[in-house]
Amino acid sequence: MKGMTLIVKKTTQLIAGLIFLYGIYVIIHGHLTPGGGFAGGVLIAGSFILLILANGSDFMKLTKEETGSTIYENLAILVAVFLAVSGMIFGAKIFFLNWLPKGTPGELVSAGMLPLYNIFIGIEVAASILSIFLALVIFKEEMSE
Amino acid sequence: MEITISIITGLMILGALYAIHAKDLLSAVIACGIVGYGLVICFLLLKAPDLAIVQIVVETISLIIMVAVVLDSSREELFSKPDAQGYVSSVTAILLVVVLFYFFKISIETLDAFGHGTLRMAANYIEGATAKTGSANLVTGVIFDFRGYDTLGEATVLITAVLGVLTILRIKGKK
Repeated sequence: MKGMTLIVKKTTQLIAGLIFLYGIYVIIHGHLTPGGGFAGGVLIAGSFILLILANGSDFMKLTKEETGSTIYENLAILVAVFLAVSGMIFGAKIFFLNWLPKGTPGELVSAGMLPLYNIFIGIEVAASILSIFLALVIFKEEMSE
Repeated sequence: MEITISIITGLMILGALYAIHAKDLLSAVIACGIVGYGLVICFLLLKAPDLAIVQIVVETISLIIMVAVVLDSSREELFSKPDAQGYVSSVTAILLVVVLFYFFKISIETLDAFGHGTLRMAANYIEGATAKTGSANLVTGVIFDFRGYDTLGEATVLITAVLGVLTILRIKGKK
């Protein structure tokens, strides 16, 4: 895939960081405002996809990035399962138990385990969507070599 | 509000029909976008901003991926005349629609009016959910606390899909 013109490249370089930050905001405030792990994860993946589409696929070492995103995806789902299992170790021995202190509703650090689940599900979703996009880009170029 | 939703749903049906019959695959993909973004407006009108955010982001990303795939192809749909099996299939489909519509008509009389009343389980979720989960956003409280198993299943489906895509699309073996 070839890159686009200089104007598009510069604009995406300016915007991609803002989109990434907005994705992080949506994930972290998932237990306060609409949004959460799934929406924020897709937003973060969108910022990477924007950069790849604008700069072309030979700009970055995409193969390395695919390895990294696959590793992150697998680790994130593993940590989410461990968090769920931790409810069986502490407290009332229930899978998916919310055993951390709840705090006052409405503050950023509250709701016990829910922000942690949001964060790791967000990482998992972002890495998954990016992996699918990278698979569509990389493997076609491998064939044409 | 029901009239607005009906109009948007009609537009979505028109877009889906056009997507089936379009000659150029790119216009078919764009017409598929009508369905997705119409659904976003429906979610917003029904006061479900969580779903609307997820739907608008996923729709945009999938539309980008579909456009990138279509631009690499020949962009033409291969049409073929329906044979005997095709006629049998379409008659079966029409019969199925009629039967489904009949049972839908029967079952809808037992439901509550549109936008009124909640199910017994949903009422239990809404009552005191903030005190039980500590989350100000009820939707997050439901999907990560009351329905944690469902969310784990969704994440597992996603990871399985990625593993399948990587396995099928990889042409050269990894060293």
